Amino acid sequence: MAILDAQNLTIKFGGLTAVSDFTLHMEQGDLVGLIGPNGAGKTTIFNMLTGIYKPTEGEIFFGGQSLKNKKPFQVTQMGIARTFQNLRLFNELTVIDNIKVAHHLKVKYNVMGSIVQTPAYYVEETDIQQKAEKMLEIFGLEYRKNELAKNLPYGEQRRLEIARAMATEPQLLLLDEPAAGMNPQESKHLMELIRWIKKEFSLTILLIEHHMDVVMGVCERILVLDYGQTIAEGAPAEIKGNKRVIEAYLGDLGEESTDA
Amino acid sequence: MTEKLDRKTIITKKMSRNLILIGLILGLYALLSFSFGGNAYYMRILTLASINVMLGTSLNLILGYTGQLNLGHAGFMAVGAYTAAILTTSYSTPFFVNLFLGALLAGFIGLLVGLPTLRLRGDYLAIATLGFAEIIRVTALNLNITGGALGIRGVPYLTNFTWAFFLAAITVWIIVNFINSSHGRACKAIREDEIAAEAMGVNTTYYKVLVFSMGAFFAGLAGGLFGHLLTIVHPSSFTFLKSIEYLVIAVVGGLGSITGSVMAAIFLTFLSEALRKFTELRMIIYAGALVLVMLLRPQGLMGGMELQLEHLDPRNWKGYLENFKNRQVSKLRSKRGDRNGNT
Repeated sequence: MAILDAQNLTIKFGGLTAVSDFTLHMEQGDLVGLIGPNGAGKTTIFNMLTGIYKPTEGEIFFGGQSLKNKKPFQVTQMGIARTFQNLRLFNELTVIDNIKVAHHLKVKYNVMGSIVQTPAYYVEETDIQQKAEKMLEIFGLEYRKNELAKNLPYGEQRRLEIARAMATEPQLLLLDEPAAGMNPQESKHLMELIRWIKKEFSLTILLIEHHMDVVMGVCERILVLDYGQTIAEGAPAEIKGNKRVIEAYLGDLGEESTDA
Repeated sequence: MTEKLDRKTIITKKMSRNLILIGLILGLYALLSFSFGGNAYYMRILTLASINVMLGTSLNLILGYTGQLNLGHAGFMAVGAYTAAILTTSYSTPFFVNLFLGALLAGFIGLLVGLPTLRLRGDYLAIATLGFAEIIRVTALNLNITGGALGIRGVPYLTNFTWAFFLAAITVWIIVNFINSSHGRACKAIREDEIAAEAMGVNTTYYKVLVFSMGAFFAGLAGGLFGHLLTIVHPSSFTFLKSIEYLVIAVVGGLGSITGSVMAAIFLTFLSEALRKFTELRMIIYAGALVLVMLLRPQGLMGGMELQLEHLDPRNWKGYLENFKNRQVSKLRSKRGDRNGNT
């Protein structure tokens, strides 16, 4: 069964149709890339999938359940986690607290339990601490655990954001330009990391990226957007040869690719 | 098996920590009432300081931890003060029950106000809460049951240091435990980035409203104590300036630091009393002191840090001293390095 089924999504902001008739079908274990020039509507699609925007038309099904009228936190509880294009870490919290926040949706003790500090509170807090430390270890950030998130170098902040999304224990992970601002070496390392977590946690991943080497290297299937329309879909090799894609996107990139 | 044992040891460790804290609180109470018990003037100031501690910490919960700018804290205080005073003067219900009912009503009104207004952010929320506090004050000014412009006179003098001290201790205890839980972390996440918090599965509306009405509850409790300390509940006690007074406590103590709020509440209450002999100059010196604190420590006295039980253990002091020294040395070094680099 399909894990994600987005059917004919259209969203209009006033007179502007940001995305029209977008359809995406993902099976468990897929790794799909979403590319397109700036302003093509990629992040808007992410915002629809996570419940931040409501699509004007069309419906999204996740694991057979409709996401209609679901608030963003409910979507996360259902098993979709995301990262943001411009980092949105909890800057004034420590690295480990950033991860611990993501464990909140699994917490069973209630507010009263935390005030009177029931045994369940101690047990769960200890569990959260251990799980969070483990997650940091996986992402190689354990030595930073007590530092404030804002004091981390950029590359580590990107990794922390992925770690934080992973801590919600999602089935579907949405990565919005995870390699933005990374140098070639860092993005290569990131590619390996993405492949590894996908295998280790049997994840399904949808990612937006501008670094063509990352998209072509890691994705099994690619969707190309331009002005809100899906103009091509297929394996990396097919996309590379697609005329419309080259016109809309890779044609421009051809000039820039020397510095990418 | 080992895991179970681990949990047991963790729990006993935490429990013993709680016992030490209870001991410290009782000790502090005994010390204060023993040393100042004979002096009614000092006891009154200490009582007022305890009430301010409740208001400062509850506002810090809303503003410093959840990031919601509330300029109407005195409004919630008024709800508690009026409710408790009316109950005491008109019905002969016990003092504690009156305080509790006042706090409950304040918390409920916090919920009612919070539901629509917490959709607003920053400055907009500030204006909305400010407006709400004015509505409460003007309503009290015009209702018969609240005594109109005369206020409620002849409220029995029931608030003593014992009531104020222990209710303040309980307030601080509850707020600290709340903050140090996953729920508290959710609130801090909302303060840092609401969209990201929501994306991490935090029900932001729920927590904002919860914290708002929790803060209102404790403000109402403090208001009840305040009314029975002054023995008069009057609309002019709950003006906008009163809200600002608690905002000052929260900011001077450090947003996001409960121990900071406690210290600032005590410090500012005493400062304000100590300056009484300067009459006209009083507010100038008080305001000047605030400016000075903000210039020297813009992050507040505690700057988001907490004073913890471990800090009171003399066995750890040597280590702290070393750390402090090292930090100062490295600061000096980096300063020198900069200078060398520049020349």
